[in-house]
Amino acid sequence: MSRHDVTLTVNGQRLSAETDARTTLVDFLRDELRLTGTHTGCEHGVCGACAVILDGRPSRACLVFAVQADGAEITTVEGLAPSPDSLGILQDSFWEEHALQCGFCTPGMLIAAHGLLAENQDPSDEEIRDAIGGNLCRCTGYKQIVDAVRLAAERMRKANVPGPGQ
Amino acid sequence: MKAAAFDYIRADSVDAACRALADANGDGKVIAGGQTLVPLMAMRLTRPSLLVDINRIDALRGVSDGDVVTIGTCTRHEDARRDPLVRRHLPLLAKAIGFVGHQQIRNRGTVGGSLANADPAAEIALATLLLDAEVEARSPTGSRAIALNDFLQGAMETALADDEVLTAIRCPKRAGGTGFQEIAQRHGDFALTIAAAQVELNGDGTCARIALGLGGVEDRAIRLPEIEQRLTGAALDNLDEKLKDVADMVDPMTDQHASATYRRRIAGPLLKRAIEEAVAEARA
Repeated sequence: MSRHDVTLTVNGQRLSAETDARTTLVDFLRDELRLTGTHTGCEHGVCGACAVILDGRPSRACLVFAVQADGAEITTVEGLAPSPDSLGILQDSFWEEHALQCGFCTPGMLIAAHGLLAENQDPSDEEIRDAIGGNLCRCTGYKQIVDAVRLAAERMRKANVPGPGQ
Repeated sequence: MKAAAFDYIRADSVDAACRALADANGDGKVIAGGQTLVPLMAMRLTRPSLLVDINRIDALRGVSDGDVVTIGTCTRHEDARRDPLVRRHLPLLAKAIGFVGHQQIRNRGTVGGSLANADPAAEIALATLLLDAEVEARSPTGSRAIALNDFLQGAMETALADDEVLTAIRCPKRAGGTGFQEIAQRHGDFALTIAAAQVELNGDGTCARIALGLGGVEDRAIRLPEIEQRLTGAALDNLDEKLKDVADMVDPMTDQHASATYRRRIAGPLLKRAIEEAVAEARA
């Protein structure tokens, strides 16, 4: 079993650790880099809880081995907030619309929605549902999540913010 | 669910990847997007001792134009779907990719990876089979072209040898209308059955050329040559009658998601929808 040095730029910060080849990106973020905002769910690419932005696009961090991501730029849910004690527009919209109950799926939902809003400032409800279609929520029935993403898009357009969470 | 331990090599060229696979004596696996392979490893359905990562080989990425459209094996689904050459010359493939998993899967998964893993319900295998595509495979001793029909050999089985790397997919350009119809338990899930159609019409509205196929029914994507022959030159109306024996032409599988009886029953109606979609598009 080979071990590898892995360096990532996570939320703008360069971080390195040594890990086994079989360590997934989500386990590396959580266990080696201690960034536990990203959640581990099904570990086989079904639930979406582990979603991160990998080189600009939402991806499942349980389906990438950390060693494969060496050198990559990653945004995790921690990177969506302007500071550790405040919320970005998207996160605040989840708060406002009660878009979470237990919160387990929330990091993945936020990343999926962030990816959508970075490309589409005025998504239809259908486009929002499509973007979060790979993320399972067992609490909300999804309605409030769709409401929250729609609200965030509206707020960002009004604030003329050039992308989510800026 | 964690993958069993393995060694990892990042290949910087196709030759290096082939050599590493040859050295692994059949126990090595290529990893590209990993969207099929990593779940199989997590569930310990496969446990290669070596992974050869081909993600950083630039020559394997992108779409290029010529007599045919060539898609590098490591081109990610979403890049292929949005590519202007694919949209213009291979609209069936662009449409099919829209049905592959979810956004997060399409952002990472690759066109070649889907083919090399050969899931019976994979959309890309069906679309490229209808497009009469061929794949290019490289081994330490050279390259060879394999027609898709020969490449797909069964559920998760292909003609690739242990030391071969799939490098490109070559698709002849196609005009006309396309239809792609899928039944899945949830949007983005693996299809229970897929029907696809690529149709070109004559000036009088009759069928000039048609390719038809089904995915998720048998252990690999299949064409329906008898129906294609029957419909070529004919008016594409009265389809219930013209497709009534589709159920007798397939040998469906039963799994935990759907019975063979169900798949047999929906094959014809789904094919009809795909043809109607393609005809409407060809007329537009």
